[in-house]
Amino acid sequence: MAVLLTFIYWSTAGYMALQTDDTIEAEVTGLAERYGVSGLDGLVRSIDERISRKPNGDAVYLLTDDQLAPLIGNLDRWPRVGKDGDGWLNFNLEQITGDGDEVTHRARARPFTLHGGYRLLVGRDMHALDATRSLIVRAIAWGLAITVIMALAGGIMLSRRTMRRLEAINETSRRIMSGDLSRRIPTRSTNDDFDQLADNLNGMLDTIEQLMEDVRRVTDNVAHDLRTPLTRLRNRLEALKRSSEHNGDHAPIEAALADADGLLTTFNALLRIASIESGRRRAAFEDISLDEVMRDVTELYEPLAEAKNQKLDVEFSDNVQVRGDRDLLFQAFANLLDNAIKYTPPGGDIRVSLDDGLAGPRIRIVDSGPGISEQSREQVFKRFYRLEDSRHTPGNGLGLSLVEAVARLHKANIKLGGEPGLDVQFAFQKAA
Amino acid sequence: MRILVIEDDENTLDYLVKGLSESGHATDPAADGKDGLFLALEGDYDVLVVDRMLPALDGLSVIQALRSAGKTTPVLILSALGDVDDRVAGLHAGGDDYLVKPFAFSELLARLEALTRRRDAGSPDTALKVGDLELDLLSRVVKRAGQMIRLQPREFSLLEYLMRHVDQVVTRTMLLEGVWNYHFDPQTNVIDVHVSRLRGKIDRGFERPLLHTVRGAGYMLSGEAS
Repeated sequence: MAVLLTFIYWSTAGYMALQTDDTIEAEVTGLAERYGVSGLDGLVRSIDERISRKPNGDAVYLLTDDQLAPLIGNLDRWPRVGKDGDGWLNFNLEQITGDGDEVTHRARARPFTLHGGYRLLVGRDMHALDATRSLIVRAIAWGLAITVIMALAGGIMLSRRTMRRLEAINETSRRIMSGDLSRRIPTRSTNDDFDQLADNLNGMLDTIEQLMEDVRRVTDNVAHDLRTPLTRLRNRLEALKRSSEHNGDHAPIEAALADADGLLTTFNALLRIASIESGRRRAAFEDISLDEVMRDVTELYEPLAEAKNQKLDVEFSDNVQVRGDRDLLFQAFANLLDNAIKYTPPGGDIRVSLDDGLAGPRIRIVDSGPGISEQSREQVFKRFYRLEDSRHTPGNGLGLSLVEAVARLHKANIKLGGEPGLDVQFAFQKAA
Repeated sequence: MRILVIEDDENTLDYLVKGLSESGHATDPAADGKDGLFLALEGDYDVLVVDRMLPALDGLSVIQALRSAGKTTPVLILSALGDVDDRVAGLHAGGDDYLVKPFAFSELLARLEALTRRRDAGSPDTALKVGDLELDLLSRVVKRAGQMIRLQPREFSLLEYLMRHVDQVVTRTMLLEGVWNYHFDPQTNVIDVHVSRLRGKIDRGFERPLLHTVRGAGYMLSGEAS
């Protein structure tokens, strides 16, 4: 760009300067020949003629004797710079304009010494050339400014369009990651690069959704198909128990019933987690008071802690609202508190708090139990995962999976920490 | 009481009819929605057990048809689906209670009895009395044999619920739903701790206990000598 503009400047302004120099040179040669042919008189006449032809022209003439006393010309004296030599003279011309103001112009002239000591000066007032020059510079500057502005504006527009489309893809990805698998990236049907990318991603999502749907259907079918015979088994056992109520020992039947109940509980928990993960329950979200739910949970479990002689500290902010499913949140916090009470040794401390921070409501359950090692913290949310130490305690290894599913449904973040003990943080996002 | 069971799964239907009859209730079976609706409109039942998924006419439509015909017979909905929105839809359609399969028979029986009693209750009480135990809903004062008993607010609600279902088996799930107002599965029998606390307050020091544990089912408050 700069190279192009420099070239333009050089080839216009430079050419004009060159032309002026050529003209002056030709005139000097012409006048010198005139002197040679018709002597001083002819030269004077010729200069006079040229001046009077264009009285306000750009041409500058001066003829002096060897003492530099002017003989004729439109300069009143020999310019002060550069008295000798055949090179070019650059000097300033002072002129009185029509308004009486004195203006200074740049002038360029070529001195020439004639036979007999007469000295001739032919030049040009450069102000027209200077004006043209500055016009070119100004035009180039404007052109440059406009080009830069347009380029910037165009760039911004282009990048904003790109950003918007990228943002659409990102937004869709975020929605999908939060469980809304039916989302698709919008296309513009212009079939540009972005549309092709979106089409491919959408196609991939269709496949993933189809696969997940298949897996879910299989899981549902398995759970359902096994649940029905299990229910029948349980019914039969219960009928058997009732009919044998009065004849002797039915402890084995009760044990079998308890086993069946355990299996059914596990199946129900699995189906429940699947149902939570499908995100369908989000449609039934309502405004709930988190402090009320927390108060109810701690109130329900407080006697359990008391029975183990544990200290249950409670600190809740008032009036903390979230959108969610009241029963599921209750279930999640109940599972967490139940775990805390179960794994904290008798006489330990459990602290439950709820605060409505800048980032959003946050629930913390901190206990003085054995805690969970760094390596196991990711694992405990997996289905059926049980810590080695807890295998002898009752439970099906689904409690924390359910908590995590509930957290995901509510776009909440669950974090395990603490050392020693366990510090569970359940953080909601700030309501939009 | 007279019970109509509308259920398409033959096995479950047999089991329910047999069990309810053994418990001393006159029970009629219906295998699909149409027959069920017809029987419910014609017969004079104390309570209906309606499965949600039925051939010919689904459970919720049966209940809606029944209600628009002016029948107020209490209905317990059975469902294999366990979602809250299903529960809400079921209760919205005119069902009175909702039980998710699989369930313990004792749970069903306890709920059916609660449903028919609720109907008998009629006018709202301001005071409840079971044996020598008295509960005043307005002043929130509880007395046994004239002696004042101090209860926490939740213990008061728990006792109120038990007294309203006097001589009936009340299951742990019923207590969670009726007293705590949450539908959830506790991992531990946390309800038992609350009940035993309440028992300590109302029965300790008295010769005849009022609050009984029903093995494999739940609890029962009873003023009768057992």
